Amino acid sequence: MAEARVIPLHAPGRRAKLTGVPAEPEQAAPEAPPSEWEERLAGVLAFLRRRVQGDYEVDEFGFDPDLTDHVLMPPLKPLYEKWFRVETIGLHNVPATGGALLVANHSGTLPLDATMTAYGIRAEHPAHRHLRMLGADLVFKTPVLGALARKSGQTLACNPDAERLLRSGELVGVWPEGFKGIGKPFKDRYKLQRFGRGGFVSAALKTGVPIIPCSIVGAEEIYPKIGDIKALARLFGFPYFPVTPFFPLLGPLGAIPLPSKWYIEFGEPIRTDVHGEGAADDPMLVFNLTDQVRETIQQTLYRLLTQRRNVFLG
Amino acid sequence: MAPKVVLVTGCSRFLGGHLAARFAANPDVDRVLGVDTEPPPRDLLRRMGRAEFVRADIRNPLIAKVIATAHVDTVVHASVTANPAGPSGRTVMKEMNVIGTMQLLAACQKSPHVRKLVVKSTSAVYGSSSRDPAVFTEDMGPKDLPSSGYAKDAVEVEGYVRGFARRRPDVDVTTLRFTNFIGPRIDTVLTRYFALPVVPTVLGYDARVQLLHSEDALAVLERATLHDLPGVFNVGGDGVLLLSQAIRRAGKLPLPVPTAAVPTVGRLFRSARLVDFSPDQMRFLNWGRVVDTTLLKREFGFTPRWTTQQAFDDYVSGRGMRPLIDPELLTSVERTVLDAAAKLR
Repeated sequence: MAEARVIPLHAPGRRAKLTGVPAEPEQAAPEAPPSEWEERLAGVLAFLRRRVQGDYEVDEFGFDPDLTDHVLMPPLKPLYEKWFRVETIGLHNVPATGGALLVANHSGTLPLDATMTAYGIRAEHPAHRHLRMLGADLVFKTPVLGALARKSGQTLACNPDAERLLRSGELVGVWPEGFKGIGKPFKDRYKLQRFGRGGFVSAALKTGVPIIPCSIVGAEEIYPKIGDIKALARLFGFPYFPVTPFFPLLGPLGAIPLPSKWYIEFGEPIRTDVHGEGAADDPMLVFNLTDQVRETIQQTLYRLLTQRRNVFLG
Repeated sequence: MAPKVVLVTGCSRFLGGHLAARFAANPDVDRVLGVDTEPPPRDLLRRMGRAEFVRADIRNPLIAKVIATAHVDTVVHASVTANPAGPSGRTVMKEMNVIGTMQLLAACQKSPHVRKLVVKSTSAVYGSSSRDPAVFTEDMGPKDLPSSGYAKDAVEVEGYVRGFARRRPDVDVTTLRFTNFIGPRIDTVLTRYFALPVVPTVLGYDARVQLLHSEDALAVLERATLHDLPGVFNVGGDGVLLLSQAIRRAGKLPLPVPTAAVPTVGRLFRSARLVDFSPDQMRFLNWGRVVDTTLLKREFGFTPRWTTQQAFDDYVSGRGMRPLIDPELLTSVERTVLDAAAKLR
């Protein structure tokens, strides 16, 4: 039995067992099982060894699950649980397996809403799925950010990539408002912008996966964008240069998001496999579905907002 | 139907030479002609056995005479290359690639015996940029046409090949778009790159690299020649390595270079005769490139034996590269720390 206890400790680094010395020191101390921090230490060490040796897998999009789970996700935990106190509603509407397209409203000047949604699904969904998000090309053009985005499972928002992900049974997240949504002024909060050209709907139709409307409340208030310095935006090549009550006034301090209380509601899946062959080539159907998704999200946003008493306390 | 007389261009290089050797070993093939401007190295020549070497420049109309008099029925154009012969070899390389292909195709068009053409192309024709889809299928084109270097050569070569296919519809044309080759025996820009003591990378970027084992490349070229499989096919191993990951697996130290300094560093390495990177290959180090090989597996009927990762590992072990930090040491450090932790309990 003592040996059976030892094995899970080294399970991630099987090579250690194969090449290393037999596990005699452990046998000498057969009593207490390894404590929680020891297991965590073992996990960290195994992770570091894998990284140094390049012993991990990435998929064709550059997604590195090992890095995402061990390095990129953990720092989001306090932000998700303590700072924004995110509450998810209707998580059962996200399927446990198979392709699905999650469509959400975009807001908050910086795409924290996307990050929090991805973290929420990874941490709280029973199947702990990775949300594969579609990002703007500006993201992938930017050094460091672009590489990180790929490693965290994102890819360029284009139909070939979306369809490839959906076909291989991934859960794909898309924020069709794009920069128009995330960079809209504070006075327009919770007003959905145009939903692109409906490219995401045709991708779902072509692959026959359900669309899950997702409404995020709380992200609008993290950086209330009250102004936009166009000249600076042009200089840096950004789509906008935000002015919030604290940024750039307080410098880096102004970059701390306001601790609003968040709700993320996943709506009922909208089926797309009932429209038959060639449905993606019917522009009217695509427009109607796009509108339906948009309306569902907008109505859910209004409902959540009426239920909310306070921006920060919920 | 198996070909009777095969002509292989670029037979003094790895792919062409070994391909000629394979055909020479095949009793169904009556005659094998290898063409190149310089004779193959001795060990390659020995492998080539009964294959005949024709010292000719495919830029010269003489090649038409060779094709016509020998009754060549299958031409394998394997000489299009990304590896310039020297620091000043890039102009020559371009001439060989583009003008050579034009001459060769003109000769093929003239000869009534030719009924099959196999062209070694490259996935570089898809270009490499941040706005590209993650995975290229055969029907996609580059976002912006490569403006120089090997990628542009390849785009032009493919253009001429399409023109030839239009004018000679009776000839089966197979265009193979290979990803980068790797393997213990082959010598390419990429194998030299990973063999550098410190490997320069572009700061803030991590390319997705798809590789093909050189043996798989040979097998694909051989299959395309011996069977009638016309069309355009992407050829690459399964799976992807990130550039940073590959460098770690090779046990090398990366040297991140800011984007602004990349051309300077590139020139430095070029003049030091270490690696000759053209601008399009440097872009490749930024973004990388992955191609879809569904068509290769389903219609061409070939599944690469090595995945990208296995091919790279084969290259690393075949070249005798040692990891920077001994794996044994790593595991022993890991154990020591864990044992110390257990004692602290």
